[in-house]
Amino acid sequence: MNTTTRIWPRLAAFAAAAIVIQLSLGAAGKVYYLTQLTMAVYYAIVVMGLSLLMGYAGQVSLGHGAFFAIGGYTSAFLTTHNMAGCRGAAWFDLLDKCGVIVSRKSLYDDTLVLTVAPWLAFIVAVLLTVVIAAVIGYPSLRLRGHYLAMATLGFGLIIHCILIGSPVLGAADGITGVPSLSVGGLAVSGKSAVRVQNYYIAWAVAIAVLVLLRNLVESRMGRALRAIHDSEAAASAMGVNTPKLKLEVLMVSAALAAMAGSLLAHYNEGIGPSESSSFKSVRYLALVAAGGMANLEGALVVSTLLVFLSLRGWFGTYDNAVFGIILIAIVALAPQGPFRQLGLRMNRCRPLYKPGKEARSGAS
Amino acid sequence: MALLEAENVRQCFGGLVALNGVSFEVRRGQIMAIIGPNGAGKTTLFNIVCGLINPTDGVVRMDGKVITGLKPFQIAALGVSRTFQNVSLFPHMTVLENVLVGRHLHGRAGLIGCALRLPTQRREEKAMVEQASRFLEEVGLAEKAQHSAGGLSLGQRRLVELARALGTEPRLLLLDEPASGLNTKETDNLAKTLRRIRDRGITLLMVEHDMSLVMDIADEILVLDFGVKIAEGPPAQVRSDPKVIAVYLGEKENVASG
Amino acid sequence: MVQALQYFFSGITVGSVYAIVAIGFNIIYSATGVLNFAQGEFVMLGGMVAITLASFLPVPVAVAVAVAIVTLFGCGLELVFFRRLRSHSILHMIIITIGLSIVIQELALHVWDEKVRSLPYFTGNEASSVKLLGAALSPQVIWVLGTAAIVVALLQLFYKRTLYGRAMRACSSNPEAAMLVGINTGNMRTAAFGLSAGLGALAGCVISPISMTHYEMGPGLAIKGFAAAVLGGLGNPMAAVVGGLMVGLIEAFSVSVIPSAFKDVAAFAILLAMLFLRPHGLFGRPSGVSVREV
Repeated sequence: MNTTTRIWPRLAAFAAAAIVIQLSLGAAGKVYYLTQLTMAVYYAIVVMGLSLLMGYAGQVSLGHGAFFAIGGYTSAFLTTHNMAGCRGAAWFDLLDKCGVIVSRKSLYDDTLVLTVAPWLAFIVAVLLTVVIAAVIGYPSLRLRGHYLAMATLGFGLIIHCILIGSPVLGAADGITGVPSLSVGGLAVSGKSAVRVQNYYIAWAVAIAVLVLLRNLVESRMGRALRAIHDSEAAASAMGVNTPKLKLEVLMVSAALAAMAGSLLAHYNEGIGPSESSSFKSVRYLALVAAGGMANLEGALVVSTLLVFLSLRGWFGTYDNAVFGIILIAIVALAPQGPFRQLGLRMNRCRPLYKPGKEARSGAS
Repeated sequence: MALLEAENVRQCFGGLVALNGVSFEVRRGQIMAIIGPNGAGKTTLFNIVCGLINPTDGVVRMDGKVITGLKPFQIAALGVSRTFQNVSLFPHMTVLENVLVGRHLHGRAGLIGCALRLPTQRREEKAMVEQASRFLEEVGLAEKAQHSAGGLSLGQRRLVELARALGTEPRLLLLDEPASGLNTKETDNLAKTLRRIRDRGITLLMVEHDMSLVMDIADEILVLDFGVKIAEGPPAQVRSDPKVIAVYLGEKENVASG
Repeated sequence: MVQALQYFFSGITVGSVYAIVAIGFNIIYSATGVLNFAQGEFVMLGGMVAITLASFLPVPVAVAVAVAIVTLFGCGLELVFFRRLRSHSILHMIIITIGLSIVIQELALHVWDEKVRSLPYFTGNEASSVKLLGAALSPQVIWVLGTAAIVVALLQLFYKRTLYGRAMRACSSNPEAAMLVGINTGNMRTAAFGLSAGLGALAGCVISPISMTHYEMGPGLAIKGFAAAVLGGLGNPMAAVVGGLMVGLIEAFSVSVIPSAFKDVAAFAILLAMLFLRPHGLFGRPSGVSVREV
């Protein structure tokens, strides 16, 4: 009775929308809007990752701001911390030989700055975050109820506290002067010359994440995740290793947050401690809810829109309150998400294959 | 050797003793029924066998291997599957997807393989859908495959749950009140289905209140009362056991006077 | 030695506030199953309202009125949000408390401002001190400890001796049975929110002269209160007192080892360690069904 939802037409629609937006902003002479749009798309990656964890697996994390910040700060620190003083040390020479040390001239004087290559910093940032997520998640996910939410809230507060309190991480000012991340001729950079290019890089990354996560939720593991959400006892009785799967999903989700954090640190040429505040984490929660909880496309569209508006200053001094109210209103009034309420089924999960004829006739 | 052996299983909740040293064996290829008044500890015993709770004392062995202390998914991997008294389907998934979760143990694709939709994963997925459909077919619900599991009638949900449990290809199937809420016709069909499952070599252990169903299909009956085993044996023997009669007559008197 | 004693008293002072927050957690958790993330906001609101009222009312009156207002506010939250949403999952209710926490903070930021405020000392002033076992203590410390002790004693009486208190506990252990014997579980939940909010507000008032009141103080208190509740064993209100004092003491003594900017790390480390090692609390018995996931 139902037709299997195909993702390709929808991806084409996303791509078309992205192009139309870019062209019309260009025509209207408001190309600078693309900067906030690019940032919003990166934030949407965090929200899609959280949607996997919260919407599909039913686990609340209040630590995604912190995961984002760990990713961003790791990248920012490694690509700005001058290791010129370490020259001569064996480990440094080894790194240098491997070609993972880059040098550039300081912005202020002619001194030589030696740092870790941005691409390596990116990988380190994501891996470090995944390890930290595993350490937080392992104890709290074995427990009944919503201990993960509390543990990640506490974790987020601590990270916030450490970032503000550490002079080596720029304390309240954060880290600035982060170089661009270039891979194969493409550079993640906020320079206005590459603004359009970066707008499309962000969309490409976000859509790639969307495709991977969609594949995931419609597969064996995705079904197991959704089963955990509906009834953990029943999922376990059917052989789903629930603690392990929940932990793995938390790690995937944290990795996506760290990835976005790292890319945005390069794009914005810096990162500040406010990224790790509990307000930010709650904002991601609100965006997942507004996107429709278990709805990846909804998460991408809604969070790009709302974060863009927020970055443009539409919500004024009530920025955080707006997201708090969105969270309460949606969960209280339309827990399946606003789209479901309006009768728009943006994303129904279906198995990849419908049973064939042979299965029907061959059964006893 | 029996398929499942429970030895001196004891379970206390706070001060309440739900099971007080119960021992029994389930022999291969049999249908064994556990009966007893409400609060006799039947569901508690199920929860212990499938690993949802750890008994205060005692040991359960599956195929000679101690399974007490294992997690439900570990016990499921040893070939024990179950249904729930209150039907615990995944309501936000389709009927077919529910059964596919039952096939989880027979798939290998991990998170990364699933996300990348590797060719091996696609083949596996296709095969899983075919197999799951066959289990739905077996309980007669193939045409409901794409329906939302939350929207079915109780009788149909019980059948989906049965198909899901069969999907794990268990050696021992635990059924918690499979006939409750079913009408006479549905109960008759259930009896046929359960016999067919047994004849395929799956051992069944069920908790059931419907005495005519139990007497009809069970090979062996275990009677619990207040956490203690009061009788065990084939239906004819249990039916004439004075202790069992006392328990059931006593219950009837209570019902009549209350 | 005197230094250690100072740490000790500062530890049990903040610890008793954590204890009250933990008790608040437990009251709501056992009556409704919800972990209330806005628990710290009750403390903040109590302090803020009392500070505003104290500008034209005597301090004791201001505190009493503030506690009453926040109690009503807590009841109001239950009536407006949680009573209507009975059909929602616990997950949804918890998410709503997270949203409430942010909205209440933002509201406080707009009603008051981002300045750090405090109530005047209940007796004496910041310069006055009393000697106790050789340590110089602010008289406010005595107020905090006394208030916490009285709260705990009264709660104990309430739960053990009064019909209402026993009903509230029955509500948590078996809501259906409670309903069958004629307890109005809905009203019990409202009362639980009110009681929890009022206790938080009282703690917010007595601690305000010492540790100040700030619109952002809630989440930090909530997490430490939760750590205390887990230490004591979630669902066990009185054991939370010990948990709270322990968190306070560890935090106070940690200052002598690590920079004070990082003292929250200590509280969090305890929480994680507890979740890891003894999720059923220090005094709880491991039981197959209570905490550990299937």
